[in-house]
Formats: sequence, structure tokens, C-alpha cells
Amino acid sequence: MVRFPGSCDEVDALRACRRFADADLLWYEDRDLSGVDAVVIPGGFSYGDYLRVGAIAGLAPIMEAITRFAREGGPVLGICNGFQVLCEARLLPGALLPNVGLRFLCREVELGVVSADSPFTRACEPGRSLRVPVKHFTGRFHAPPDELERLEAHGQIVLRYREGQNPNGSVGNVAGVSNRAGNVLGLMPHPEHAVDPRTGSADGACLFASVVEHVESGVLAAAA
Amino acid sequence: MSSAPANVTRAPRHRELGLTDAEYEAIVERLGREPNEVELAVFSLMWSEHCSYKHSRRLLRELPTEGPHVLMGPGENAGVVDAGDGLAVAFKVESHNHPSAVEPFQGAATGVGGIMRDVFALGARPVAILDSLCFGELDSSRTAYLLNGAVAGIGHYGNSVGVATVGGEISFEGPYEHNCLVNAMCVGVAPRERLIRAAAAGVGNHVVLLGALTGRDGIGGASVLASAELDDSADQKRPTVQIGDPFEEKKLLECCLDLLDRGLLVSLQDLGAAGLSSSASEMASKGEVGIDLDVALVPLREADMEPFEVMVSESQERMLCVVAPERLGQVVGVAERWLVRATPIGSVTDTGRLRVLDAGVAVGDMPVAALVDESPVYELAPAESTEPVYSAPPRRLAADGPFAETLLALLRSGNVTSKRWAFEQYDSYVGSRSVRRPEAADAAVLHLAHDGASGAIAVSIDGNGRRAACDPYTGAVEAVLECARNLACVGAEPLGLTNCLNFGNPEKPHVAWQLTRAVEGLRDACLALGVPVVGGNVSLYNEGAEGPIYPTPVVGMVGTLPDPERAAGSAFLEPGHEVALIGPFLPAVAGSELEKLRGRLADGLPPVDLPAQARGLAAVREAVRSGALASAHDVSEGGLGCALAESCAMGGVGARVDLEGLVAALGGDAEAALFGEGPGGVVVSGPLEAVARLAAEASGVGVRHLGVTGGEALVVEGLGATVDVSVAEARDAFTRGIPDVFS
Repeated sequence: MVRFPGSCDEVDALRACRRFADADLLWYEDRDLSGVDAVVIPGGFSYGDYLRVGAIAGLAPIMEAITRFAREGGPVLGICNGFQVLCEARLLPGALLPNVGLRFLCREVELGVVSADSPFTRACEPGRSLRVPVKHFTGRFHAPPDELERLEAHGQIVLRYREGQNPNGSVGNVAGVSNRAGNVLGLMPHPEHAVDPRTGSADGACLFASVVEHVESGVLAAAA
Repeated sequence: MSSAPANVTRAPRHRELGLTDAEYEAIVERLGREPNEVELAVFSLMWSEHCSYKHSRRLLRELPTEGPHVLMGPGENAGVVDAGDGLAVAFKVESHNHPSAVEPFQGAATGVGGIMRDVFALGARPVAILDSLCFGELDSSRTAYLLNGAVAGIGHYGNSVGVATVGGEISFEGPYEHNCLVNAMCVGVAPRERLIRAAAAGVGNHVVLLGALTGRDGIGGASVLASAELDDSADQKRPTVQIGDPFEEKKLLECCLDLLDRGLLVSLQDLGAAGLSSSASEMASKGEVGIDLDVALVPLREADMEPFEVMVSESQERMLCVVAPERLGQVVGVAERWLVRATPIGSVTDTGRLRVLDAGVAVGDMPVAALVDESPVYELAPAESTEPVYSAPPRRLAADGPFAETLLALLRSGNVTSKRWAFEQYDSYVGSRSVRRPEAADAAVLHLAHDGASGAIAVSIDGNGRRAACDPYTGAVEAVLECARNLACVGAEPLGLTNCLNFGNPEKPHVAWQLTRAVEGLRDACLALGVPVVGGNVSLYNEGAEGPIYPTPVVGMVGTLPDPERAAGSAFLEPGHEVALIGPFLPAVAGSELEKLRGRLADGLPPVDLPAQARGLAAVREAVRSGALASAHDVSEGGLGCALAESCAMGGVGARVDLEGLVAALGGDAEAALFGEGPGGVVVSGPLEAVARLAAEASGVGVRHLGVTGGEALVVEGLGATVDVSVAEARDAFTRGIPDVFS
């Protein structure tokens, strides 16, 4: 779990991860990742997001190590501001623009799991609906039509807002998108706020469970 | 002091700074000489209404401030109560009215920032923000501008710092057209051992300024803007509004809590109104010491600031702390890690004076006691006005329309309609504590599991200026009761109360009368419920050429409940549940939303039986805690009809209700039963046996059967009061009120 100055959801995401595995905070100035099996970049307003959102965090010292880790196939999950950071760091395709309503929006939305082949959704049934909150001002996913077609063709659209649930005007109702290799996922909704039925929904748990399953299967494969 | 620093100024400069001639004379007497520019600037702020409470201090002494759960009462940065399991809850409400009327986005944003600093100054981590907002009528273009800006500003600041905004209220009334109210409340949680006070101590210790650079923003905010009436020059006062930087606040928050966790600070204080002047003098006053500050050491945003400007700047996101010399290096190291500036700018002395130096040369020297404790105190001259103070609201509804139409008109009206448009602009999830979010229940509920406790806290903020305008005493009583009732609906028992008294110019006898009566109402209600006042804020001079705002006592409460999963929501959950009304509810049309829509403003409200209200609250709380009820929703604006329609609309479940039994028991007529208002009523639903048991156990407080849930419509019958409104229609009216204004 990476902590930038201005991260807000890192403690919530850390707690969510700890429901499934060991997890620790990494400091934005760290130069190595202390041998972790997966990286989560949490939500918030890194460096205040006064410049283009995620732009400064995309250049933070730790991002070099994360980029190396991602290129080597390590699973990297970016949530909300983390998604924005991964786009700025060019680890994910497309860009995030201000919501169509030009207002910050916080509400629970319904997502469809488009692909269960991703390391982040392998524990979810394909087509399953997840109720997970969104809370952002800059969450409208954009990619030019030809790029969007490529993303669809390569199965990189991992999560979509259900019809009528798109809160921000994202093209193609895209809520979560991965890189070509599939090991980097960015999503605007906040699965870390949906791991406890007391606070509304536990549907986000399957994303964290998926990563753990993915890492464990890799360990098993390596051992075999 | 015999050697008066140079640069002596003369009247009438003091008048420009908001001091009267008599106050100026008193300053000369305290100093034994004429004050210089720096001293005059510092005195003018410290003796302003905003900092000294000179018109309200005597009155506020009447409020009960002690109770078994109180850890820190009024006088500290915020009130603190004991939430059990070694946890303390700090909370306070504060106004940022005039800045928001001049510049709504920054005014509201910095209001949120300021109240957060009050809470983390005590060592508590802010976990919740609530807001009470009042604007002119919903269809006014100025209201749209102010509402849009204030809501965006609150969201911008709270969301960026990562503190959940979990509740609040928005009212729309003509008298707030020019002078809107923005009251922000912050609630924080701390392990008891991390709590810290503001009192400076340890002669020779460093005084260290943490956080943002000091600029020329907000100069005179407390005196010129907050302690005078708004007039046509409001636009020219825009430079006195501070600019917020939530990223700086986020870093400052994490840095301060880190410093406290490491035990590196002697004391901590935020910089709010009057900037360094008030922070330093209050820390010195509480510690009964003196402080020397060197303005040349203060990191500036713009060069060549005058010493007096540095002393009174209200630049945001700054804190002052006292640090022992041997720990200074560690403090600077921790601050660097959080990208926060930490600059030693002075030291604690044994002189009892606030000395201002400029590169070592004295430019001001004032007794701390004169600044803080000996500020003038004025007697109010209260007198009830013989003439109506407020004009009647515009008439929007005919007197004799069918009940169904009246119900829909009420659901659409500004004060009743859903505030989801605003709540959705606030992050209510961050922290992962919110068990009951805005509009899901009458109070927000936050579990304490992350802090190692089993229970939860519930928080609410309430006020109703129009009812207080009808009767300031009863209006204040009702604000306390409504807040307590919202807590009871989720099963919470109040631990303490904070309040913000928003009034007009107290030098006018009728405003003084409103203020006096409202404080008496607060006192009596708090005594009756056994809830101590642990902190608060007074905002006076809320008026302009059009006259004063409605007298608006706003009350915030924090309570605890053992099991957050049993906290009832407001919505009907399923068909076939019994619907009942609990509590000593005596509805009257006088002072109601219905009366407002008909263009009338009552003179006086029916009296309230406080002991009966206290028993009713206990009955509701116990019933909810038993876990047997499906819903609990208090009857407030719009009366029983709106409460029922809201429970239907939010749950997507209809209900069939008969008023005959209720009217037979209460007297009055169907209209009063359906749309009349008054404290004490809670609509509950649940399985038949649960409601029957409640009726048997709580017979002393009045439990009246109303009907059953089910169907696609809210149907009300009895005494010719036929209402048949589909759930979809009710939901549409309830949810479209505000969005329609912005579409």
C-alpha cells in the first residue's frame, strides 16, 4: 500500500487488504518495494491534485520501482486517485477527465464484472454485479474510439458501470481497465470501502480475494 | 512598560479597526500609554466580539457545562467527552457566516478547515464533519449561487483532507438571503492519553509555528468581517476572506498527530481568528506565562509585511506548539517527513506579557491578561419588540387545497425536500466508519471498531431559525430536543452538546432579547435532558439593511450506542409491519412549514413539557436498542404526513394509516395531525409483536397505532383526511426539490 502526501484512503485500503493477507504501508520516497507480492495505490488527493490529478504522484520516487515491478508482471491495483496516478505514469491506457456533471459525486453504484480472467477478478463470477461506492470529481474514463476498440478486443475492460449507473459519463461505461498484460488494473470505484456489510456492502472483497488467489497460485506454480 | 516602542498612533485609527472610544481609553489605561500600531491591531482583534464574546460571555455562564462524561469543557479548542473503552471524542461547531456570504466557496471551505484544526489541536483525529446551512428562499438566484459555492467548498476541503462529511441540514428562509449561515461541526476521536491542552508551559521552551506561510489574507477577518453587520461594501471585503489549502491541512494534521504520538509537544493550539495574536496570547493566558514572538522569524508568503500584519494575518493551515529545547530537532525532523514547515519563532517567558519583536527589536509589549481576560464585557439591554421584526414569508399555497396536494407541495419545499444533491458532493465513506450515512437514518452512526471499541457514536446537528423567530425560547428548546431525538432514533444517548448561536446585532434590544431567551431555552433543555454544553461559538451581527436573520441557535450532539448494527434507519423496510407514533407529540400548525407555505409567521409556539420529552426520548432509545424495530424516523419539518411519506419514499414501501385514533387522543383536527409540528414524535415500524410490546412497556409516553406498511401508495384516512399518493410520486416530490433548481 503506497502512501503519498495527500493520500486519504490508504488506511482503509490497508485494513481491507489485511482481511485477506499481510499488508503494509510503503512511503512515497521509498526506492524499493521491500519484496511485496502486490501493490495497491490508494485513493485521495496526492499532492493536493492541484496540477492535473495524479500528475505529481506519477513522478514520485517510488513510482520507478512500481513501474519496474509492473513491467515484470507484478500485480498493481490503482483505486481512484491510484487509477489516475497509473494513467499519468503510463502504466494504464486512457485518461480520466472531470465528471460530466462537473461536481464531486459520492454514491454507491452497481458494477458488472466483464472479465474474470484478470488477477483482480478471478475470484468473482463473470457477469456478477458488485455494489461499490464511487467518490470522485475526475473519474470520467476517456480513450479515443480506436483505442477503446482495442481495449475491448483485448479484454482490458474489466469492470463496467451497469446501465443507468454510470456516475461520471465514462465512455463505454468503463469503470475499471487493465494494461495489455492484465497485471495492472485501475478502477474509480472504491472496493476498500465495500468489505464490511456494516458500512454498506461487502461486494468489493472479491477483488482483494482475487489478488491473494493470484499471488498464491503463482507461488504454487513456482514451487511445482 | 516605560519605554514605549516608536510609531505611536492616535484615534480615530482605532475606530477603523472596530474599537469604540471607551475601549481605546481602556487600552491606554491597561498599557499606561498610547498603544502603537502593532498593539492597537492586536487589541482590536482580541477585543472584537468574535474573539472576546463581549456581548455574550455573561449569558453563556448560565449554560450547564458539567457532567459525568465531560473530559474538557468550554475554554479549550473543542469540547471532549469520554466515549468509554479509553476513547475520547472531541467536537465543536463553529460559524463561518460572513466569509461565506462574501465568497461562498472559500468561506465554507475555510470554515471546515478551521473547525478541523480545533479538533486535531487536542490530539483527536477528525472522523466526521456535519454542516448546518441557511440560505434565502430556494428559488432565489443568490441562494443558488451561495448554495452551490458553499456545498462545493465544504466538499472540496473535507474530501481532500479525507474526513467524511456524514450529516447536516439546509434551510431556506428569506431573512438569510443576504446573510447566509454556514456552521460546520467536526468530530474527532482520540485515545485518552493522546489528548493535549493549549496551555503554554516551561519558561525557555520554544514556540514553534507549524504549517503554511503567512500572507496578507484574512487581515481583520475577526474584527472587520465577523464582528460587524454586512453592508453594501461586502464585495470589497472579499480580501478579508481567507483562502483554504486542504493539502496543507492534510499534511499538518498527519504531522501534528505524529508529533503527539511521539510525545514531542508540551502544548498545541490552532491559529484561527486573529492569527498569531490570539493563539499566542491564549496559550500564554491558559499557562499563566508570557510569550515572546519575533515576527522576523515567521516564514512569509509575501515580502515586506509589516509586523502588525504578521501578528493578525489569518492565513490558514497553521498551528502553534510549545517544544522543549532538547526535542526541537526531533520535531523539525518529523515535520520535514510530512513536508510541513516547522519554525521556532519565539519562546515561553515568565513575564505574563505578549512581547512582539522584529529581528530582536521590541515593537509591541502587552499584558496577556489585558488581551484575554480583561477584554470588555457588555450587559445586553434586552427588550421584546412590540412590532413584528420579520415580514411574513411569500404565500405559495392556498389555504384549502386537498391534503394530497399539500403533502406533495411540502415534500418539494426547500426545508423538507431531500438534501441528497448536497450530500452526494461529500465523501461520506472515507475512514470506513460510517454505519449510517446521510438520509439513511436520522443521525449519522460511526462505529469505533478501528479504535478498539465495540460500540459506536452517533452525531447530529439541528436548528430551526423560523421556529426560533416565532419564539426564541421554545425554538432553542426544540433544537436541543430534535438533536436528541435524532440520536434516540438510532439508539444513542447524548454525551455532550455543542452549539452555535447565530443572531443579529446584539446592541439592538430585540436581538438581545432573542439571544437571552434562546440561551435560557438551551439551558433549560440541557438541564432537563442532563446533557452538558462542552463548547460552542457565538456569531453576532448577522444582519444588514434588510434587518436581522432569524435567531438561529444550532445544536450539535454526540452520543454513544452499544451496537451499531441495531441503529434504526428512517425507511420502511417491508410490507406488513405495524406503524406507530411514539412520544409526547402535540402537533400545531402555528410555526409549521405548512403555515410558512401559506405565507404566515406565528407569534409564539406552544409550550413544551420537558420532563415528558425526556421520558419519550428514553423510550425511543430503549426500543431501538432492543433491535426489535425496523425503522424510526422523527417527526419534524412538514409534520407526520411528511415523516410518513419520507419513510415510504426512502424504503419504496407504501403504508395505510388511519388518523382517527390519533386525533381522538390528541384533540385538534386532521390537518393539524397530518401537517402540524411540535417536538416529541417518532414514527416507528416493525413486526406486530414488537410494536405491541413497545406499546405495553412504554405506555407512559404514548404509543399510538397508526396503520400498517404495504402497497404502492401512502394512504391516509380518517376524519375526511383522504390522502392517496403513490410511493413514486412521493419520492419524486421529495427528491426533486433541489435538483430542479439547478436543472
